[in-house]
Amino acid sequence: MTEHEHQHGNEVHVVSYGRYVLIWLGLMGLTAATVALAGIDLGRWIVITALTIASIKGLLVLNVFMHLKFEDRVFRIFAILAGVILLIFISLVFFDYAFH
Amino acid sequence: MTTPAAALPHEHIHRDDVGSRMGMWLFLFTELILFGGMFVAYAVYRFDHPAEFELGAKELDTLIGTINTMVLLTSSLTVAMSITAIQRGKKNVSLLLVGITILLALVFLVNKYFEWHHKFETGMYPQSPELLNKPPGEILYFGLYFVMTGLHALHVIIGAIVLAVMMVFIHRSSINKNSYVKLEAGALYWHLVDIIWIFLFPLFYLIH
Repeated sequence: MTEHEHQHGNEVHVVSYGRYVLIWLGLMGLTAATVALAGIDLGRWIVITALTIASIKGLLVLNVFMHLKFEDRVFRIFAILAGVILLIFISLVFFDYAFH
Repeated sequence: MTTPAAALPHEHIHRDDVGSRMGMWLFLFTELILFGGMFVAYAVYRFDHPAEFELGAKELDTLIGTINTMVLLTSSLTVAMSITAIQRGKKNVSLLLVGITILLALVFLVNKYFEWHHKFETGMYPQSPELLNKPPGEILYFGLYFVMTGLHALHVIIGAIVLAVMMVFIHRSSINKNSYVKLEAGALYWHLVDIIWIFLFPLFYLIH
């Protein structure tokens, strides 16, 4: 019974320490980059660059630290769905606000 | 796809680790919406008072914010590594790594304490006469700052307590090489706390 084997759950995916450390280095580098960029006057671009870097960092944490990359596809679908709902939520508030 | 559980002699334990992790993820989505609501409030008020928000951000200490970001990122690393350790059967290494994670959580909170303390000392706290004298945009900025970083700090405290309980479980071997979904759930919560901070940090400290 394959279903039953699945119930027991463990398609064990062991992520090596090295891979985690590599991701961590990337996160530290991106933090340094975003702090350095904040010192420069980017005008209107400042919000966009800061949020883009934050999103890349968030995706690294989600995919590797939180194992989203190694999980069943349904986890990713749910995560994307949650993100889309949040986006709809934010954009509808802005539409409402802009036309008030 | 053989599983360690199936390899054991006929030990029939009902367990669904994938389901457990999915449950944790669903809970994390509700947390996302909780903070999401506040991020919406931040976005709208910032849209209304861009200049005052920039002034407010200049009053925060970027250095402490940066240090705390690095502390939390590192704590995420150690808790992620603790799972690899337990998967490899290295109980003590796993204990040590979760312990370091909790220590880093405390470092974060101590920094936060000094930061807030300094704000309070200079008369900047919700409803303070000093703050109420400022333009409305700055009152909003600091209101959001205290509520959002405060709620986040509350999550850090809860996360540290959860991880301390995980340490007890590891110590008693109820979290072990073959069964560690509890530790995975605790780690997922901790990573969420990290992700929230990844967004709070630029929005409050950097965008000025």
